[in-house]
Amino acid sequence: MYALSVNEVQDKIIQEFSLFDDWLDKYDYLIELSNDLPLISPEYKTNQHLIEGCQSRVWLHGELDGSRIRFTADSDAIITKGIISLLIRVLSDREPPEIIGADLYFIDRIGLKENLSPTRSNGLLAMLKQMKLYAIAYQAKLNK
Amino acid sequence: MNLDVNKIRKDFPILERQVHGKPLVYFDNGATTQKPLCVLETIRSYYSSHNSSIHRGVHFLSEQSTEKYEHARETVRKFINARSANEIIFTSGATGSINTVAFSFGERYIGRDDEVIVSEMEHHSNLVPWQMMCERKGARLKVIPFDEQGILDMNWYSKAFSERTRIVAVTHVSNSLGTVNPVAGIIRIAHQHGVPVLLDGAQAIQHGQVDVQQLDCDFYVFSGHKVYGPNGIGVLYGKEQLLYELPPYQGGGDMVDCVTFEKTTYNILPFKFEAGTTNYVGAAGLQTALEYISGIGLERIAAWEKKLLDYATGMLQSINGLRIYGQAPEKISILSFLIDNVHQYDAGMVLDKLGIAIRTGSHCTQPVMDHFRISGTLRASLVFYNTMEEIDRLYEGLLKVKQMFGS
Repeated sequence: MYALSVNEVQDKIIQEFSLFDDWLDKYDYLIELSNDLPLISPEYKTNQHLIEGCQSRVWLHGELDGSRIRFTADSDAIITKGIISLLIRVLSDREPPEIIGADLYFIDRIGLKENLSPTRSNGLLAMLKQMKLYAIAYQAKLNK
Repeated sequence: MNLDVNKIRKDFPILERQVHGKPLVYFDNGATTQKPLCVLETIRSYYSSHNSSIHRGVHFLSEQSTEKYEHARETVRKFINARSANEIIFTSGATGSINTVAFSFGERYIGRDDEVIVSEMEHHSNLVPWQMMCERKGARLKVIPFDEQGILDMNWYSKAFSERTRIVAVTHVSNSLGTVNPVAGIIRIAHQHGVPVLLDGAQAIQHGQVDVQQLDCDFYVFSGHKVYGPNGIGVLYGKEQLLYELPPYQGGGDMVDCVTFEKTTYNILPFKFEAGTTNYVGAAGLQTALEYISGIGLERIAAWEKKLLDYATGMLQSINGLRIYGQAPEKISILSFLIDNVHQYDAGMVLDKLGIAIRTGSHCTQPVMDHFRISGTLRASLVFYNTMEEIDRLYEGLLKVKQMFGS
């Protein structure tokens, strides 16, 4: 099966969001997407996996499956959860170099840039960094 | 006489703008208030016609700037009815004022095993500076609890004093619950034990008349930007004798009398606490803001805000599954609330897209959130330029939130 590249998935998401003119429709869609999020298993939903934001909290876990990293996550806020679901759709189930090298332009293009700004403090920016850190760590492990 | 809110709104140009294609509803006044045209004009004309550093030059502009600065100080003195202009220190804001007192009072009067009384509802600004000082000095905090309505336990408080109690630092009005604390009683009890009181007036000064002599508080602090003035200017009021006894907080220009490498002597009050080039433009802007609200009348402002609070409380309470945190009988127009099964951040994001600006999170009062075992609330903080129609917009927005999140 041909797997889509990071950018192909991003372009697909951009296309999906282009159907919505109204902000609330975009949020409705994110609420819907929040249900698709591969949830972190309860054993990992601990402080060790918590990314504390002032506005919302995010839990993230990444594990190696062969040479690919599979991410699971959760958040206490639903819109945040919807955005996580998108990030995971783009970055999960990939090999570390793809994750490390990914340039995530879709967030900006679908108008959710402010959700990944350092001032928002909702855990998402830190989560993205954490995903890349997982990739760097697993890359080192795979190279051993 | 009633307040003409439509006329008042014309004084605040930002209230006319749109956000996400909708007319702005600004309900984040607890974080900062908008500025009337007269304040903007004061700042503009200051920089375009009068700008010069104060207390320095012999030249015309510097003297004029100094006069304006001292005039602003006098306006603040009158506004809070302090005895003397020496009791009015300009700072960067309420946080700067509290840090000044926590440091200087701590250096002079607080030692190992001494006690500082604060309350469970303090803004982090009136908590962390005291904690830092306590850590330095080996002193400890005692915390007045509040009940489910958001009312301080005065019985607990009256028994909290010991021989080691050195100061009480309590908020006049809670920024996350809206509670107006019984400060007269708090001060009376403290004084019976010979303990001075600092009041954090950051959320009180813009909602009603404050008379520091009548209150008999020892320190009173507030920020300019929360009372329609510019950012970066604040006030520390302190009784003259106390301020006289305290060592300076920061060293630098203007706070000194005579400087040699062997020994530096300090300037007289109030300059001892105003190191460096002060925010004299901010002081002038604050003066204009205080004159502006005095012109409208603080009683009229309070009366309109009470109407807004009553109407908003009724509207919010009519929403199924909505809980208001902070239900003290004495409260100002701040409404902290949550809707069952809806995260405050989700609700805030939807309201934002409807043009409604409210605060979400812990409001810099994490212990208050811990008290209720919640991670945060939505907070609508209303002031005299807000309207009943705006409250209706919030109400409709919250219904939309409920519908979207299936609550």
